[in-house]
Amino acid sequence: MPSTEFEQIVLAGADDHDLTKLSEYEKVGGYQSLRKALGMERQAVLDELITASVRGRGGAGFPSGRKASFVPKPEQTTKPIYLTINADESEPGTFKDREIMARVPHRLIEGALITAYTIGSNAVFIYIRGEYLTEYEIVKAALDEARDRGLVGANIAGSSWNCTIVLHRGAGAYICGEETALLESLEGKRGQPRSKPPFPAIAGLYAAPTLINNVETIATVPAVIARGGAWYATLGVENANGTRVFSLSGNVVNGGNYELPLGTSLREVIYDIGGGIPNGRTLKAIIPGGSSTPILRADQIDTALDYDSVAAGGSMLGSGGIIAIDDRACMVQVALRVASFYQHESCGKCTPCREGTRWLVSLITKIEAGQGSNADLDLLVDVCGRIMGRSLCPLGDAAAMPISSYVERFREEFQAHIDQGCCPYGDQSSLDGILGPVQQAARMHRQLAVIA
Amino acid sequence: MSETALYLAIQDVAAQYPQRRSAVLPALRLAQEAHGGWLPAEAFRAVADALELTPAYCKSVASFYDMFQLAPVGTHMIEVCTNISCALVGAQATLEAFESELGIRAGETTPDGAFTLRTIECLGGCGWGTVVSCDHRYKQHVKPADVPALIEELRHAEH
Ligand SMILES: Cc1cc2nc3c(=O)[nH]c(=O)nc-3n(C[C@H](O)[C@H](O)[C@H](O)COP(=O)(O)O)c2cc1C
Ligand code: FES
Repeated sequence: MPSTEFEQIVLAGADDHDLTKLSEYEKVGGYQSLRKALGMERQAVLDELITASVRGRGGAGFPSGRKASFVPKPEQTTKPIYLTINADESEPGTFKDREIMARVPHRLIEGALITAYTIGSNAVFIYIRGEYLTEYEIVKAALDEARDRGLVGANIAGSSWNCTIVLHRGAGAYICGEETALLESLEGKRGQPRSKPPFPAIAGLYAAPTLINNVETIATVPAVIARGGAWYATLGVENANGTRVFSLSGNVVNGGNYELPLGTSLREVIYDIGGGIPNGRTLKAIIPGGSSTPILRADQIDTALDYDSVAAGGSMLGSGGIIAIDDRACMVQVALRVASFYQHESCGKCTPCREGTRWLVSLITKIEAGQGSNADLDLLVDVCGRIMGRSLCPLGDAAAMPISSYVERFREEFQAHIDQGCCPYGDQSSLDGILGPVQQAARMHRQLAVIA
Repeated sequence: MSETALYLAIQDVAAQYPQRRSAVLPALRLAQEAHGGWLPAEAFRAVADALELTPAYCKSVASFYDMFQLAPVGTHMIEVCTNISCALVGAQATLEAFESELGIRAGETTPDGAFTLRTIECLGGCGWGTVVSCDHRYKQHVKPADVPALIEELRHAEH
């Protein structure tokens, strides 16, 4: 099985040790990278990160070393410099950051400290999604332990360097994963994105220079410093260095997180590691990188999971959340479920996203009910085009991209709903009757009206 | 929690941040816990007073986030994920099992005030669906047959 042939980086040691404990983490070399980094010049640490070229694991895939280099040096700014870690993980199909925090919290803390040192920051904020209560408690306990041992706070590891880490819990809003919305939320506001520029590296938290990275990106840092950026760059494939923790879910035998080298194929993940499709069903479609990424058809199963290969297949590696869909799923219902999520999470600040996501849901609802026309299907594609690239933040794209891909790649199913005047699946689709948040909210309001 | 204790707890949290307004979310969470799981007008006043903001500002922030409740909720909160991965493995049947066991529909509270049932978006446990959050603790692989026992467990949980 490929998972054992390859070396793990982010989750290394967690199968054999309880790495939530500081003493166990130290047994696998924990906090040695921090000590090593503190003995190096800041620029030398940054150079290792640039050489490693870890592409951001939050979704956009921007090389993390280069992003860190955009932050002004402490001598170039009068403001404090902040490091903010994005632990808001909410993209449907993605659950890797939760596992990283639950199993290797000290690696996250160590990576955060090294990164903060590199950019000249003395204050780190970890924005952790509100629903992750258990993971918050685990990271908090690890942080308390590290603080007691002099690894967080003043004079870290006996050096003259100081750095605080604050855990900040979100309160249930997908949009707060978008970096500027996250900053607004961390400043105590509604989580609505800011327009860019200025980029957070220049004017971020409290209008001060701020670096924002995903949990998994940060958790790779200790290994990069321990063994060197050049070593890290040998892992994975060209233009996609290292490993990723892929989240596998949907109609698959062994759902879960698997840390694998970039370039592993979807077939290996779904069949060799995931055990294939249960109940003798056949694979129909694959969402490769979280629900906002365009869908792939089953015959694209040999696509390699690296940025360029997935892009060549018409989709994106995104957050690494792979969702297998079997032949029982009505694609129009898949579209309705995905669209209603993004409608619910649209913050309402910009028009294309606020109005567009509403249109998507109502058009798909009409088609699913068998009341749609060919004009409605054309309009659906047209609305996607009017959202794409026109929203303030990429949430609009996150809704439009998958929907237009469903129509493009499974048009015959949409057409069948129109031609037959009903859902061809009857009530046999695996998604039949699924209640989205929009319908539920309507019901809640009705109940409140009765009480009042 | 007394009003004074809440005020002091909010001050403690606020001290962690370079700017006190950053404490709005944690303060609202503390206020919600102190007011039986939801945010009545007094709760917004308490947060506003502690952070030198206005109640309307605090309410506008709270209304943006799904974890803040603007109306009373049951003693126990059951949230069933019905997002795509859970949906593909039978979340609807699990939700319906809760509905029939509790005698309410999603989005409602039982007449005795013991349970609120609602659907929720992806909880980040997709590979182990259906995921259900019971008083903010995750239960994974929840099948309709598991539902009566989960409800019993909650009934006997301390609160
Ligand atoms: C709507 C939306 C939601 C996002 N959610 C997350 C998230 O939950 N976690 C995350 O790390 N990045 C998320 N991102 C990406 C962040 O904006 C940002 O690119 C990322 O945190 C940067 O870290 P990285 O460079 O290490 O990937 C989201 C982006 C958008 C547009
Ligand atoms: S879809 Fe249910 S936990 Fe992600």
